[in-house]
Amino acid sequence: MAGNGHRTIPTGAALRVKALEALLEEKGLVDPQALDAIVDTYETRVGPRNGARVVAKAWTDPAFRKRLLADATAAVAELGIAGPEGEHLVAVENTPRVHNLIVCTLCSCYPWPVLGLPPVWYKSFAYRSRAVRDPRGLLREFGLELPDDVEIRVWDASAEQRYMVIPERPAGTADMSEEELAELVTRDSMVGVAKIAPPARRSSR
Amino acid sequence: MNGIHDMGGMDGFGPVVREKDEPVFHAGWEGRMFAIANLLIGQGYFNVDEFRHAIERIPAPRYLNSTYYERWLDAVQTLLAEKGVVTRDEMERRGAAPHPPSQPAAALDKTAAKRAQTARVRAKFRPGDRVITRNLNPLGHIRLARYTRAHRGVIRRDRGAYVLPDTNAHGGPPCRQHVYSVEFKATELWGPEAPQNERVYIDLWEDYLAPVPKAPVRGRQKKSTHKGGRI
Repeated sequence: MAGNGHRTIPTGAALRVKALEALLEEKGLVDPQALDAIVDTYETRVGPRNGARVVAKAWTDPAFRKRLLADATAAVAELGIAGPEGEHLVAVENTPRVHNLIVCTLCSCYPWPVLGLPPVWYKSFAYRSRAVRDPRGLLREFGLELPDDVEIRVWDASAEQRYMVIPERPAGTADMSEEELAELVTRDSMVGVAKIAPPARRSSR
Repeated sequence: MNGIHDMGGMDGFGPVVREKDEPVFHAGWEGRMFAIANLLIGQGYFNVDEFRHAIERIPAPRYLNSTYYERWLDAVQTLLAEKGVVTRDEMERRGAAPHPPSQPAAALDKTAAKRAQTARVRAKFRPGDRVITRNLNPLGHIRLARYTRAHRGVIRRDRGAYVLPDTNAHGGPPCRQHVYSVEFKATELWGPEAPQNERVYIDLWEDYLAPVPKAPVRGRQKKSTHKGGRI
């Protein structure tokens, strides 16, 4: 199923896009440099490292955490993070009792400024169809077994709001700096398909 | 439209396949496609609701057998041709023959547009209100997923007023309405066998919702469904 993975065989699409771009440029409808800039932005500047900074700050700065949960768009802007698909950002927080998961069943809505562009699996038919119906079974496939008494909240982004999950801070990180903590935060934990593992014991050397 | 894109709750797609160390774009053309679509939307050649609806109008078998950015390509070409920005002939001559959509964009649903226009921009619902989603099945664009239709939920947040996609995707006047975060129990959506402690939250335009008459349902009102964590 093409939509479930990524097809690597070259298709007519590459040629069609090339021809279309040439035509649009010729007609003055798109500027090739503007296209380059967009590609560069999402390949090199915007990605889950942004979200990781947000999470690490929320873990270490209670006032920021409060602002983030109240108005995530404004809070992440304090860190210089903003952009398309982040205009109405909502942060939902995991606790020992509540686990949050994000999905877009109708298309592929995703909080670009904090997480970058979504991976293929997030846009896959399997993920989109199952996240709202069997989140526990889906998470098990991701290797995340949640106790039965943990409540699961699935956020199906169908309007203008874009969601990010604030994962739980793992044990054994009390003495870590914000920067070190940010290194631990994974994209998957901010989608809600993973928890963050406690850091490996530091070498005594 | 009740299209193949509306996948929430479907079976049959198998396990989620993940790729290790996945790149942002898998090929140069994917990045170009992403940028072209964003630039055209940004420049106002079409809006994001028209774009989403054009993806929905890809014939279902083709939708299922396309990759993500192939669907973007089909949608962009469909809109360029329909809006007369670039003709099908021009694209075909350049070797970029567009694939015909499953259906033309439906004409603006006048009833929906009228209803949307007359809807108050002042919020009709408040957090805690019990609502039932309407059983809407338009041929055009809608952001009320099938799995949430005709189900009972509770308003949890008022997100503020936003342009209704249903009319915006069909050249209608921009109708702003309140959008609410509505909480649905898994048991309401999937039946009594579903786990008691699973919930789905979905942001819905006011037009999609009707009030539930305040009937005395014993034991239901008292029980808080919203403990722990935050939203």
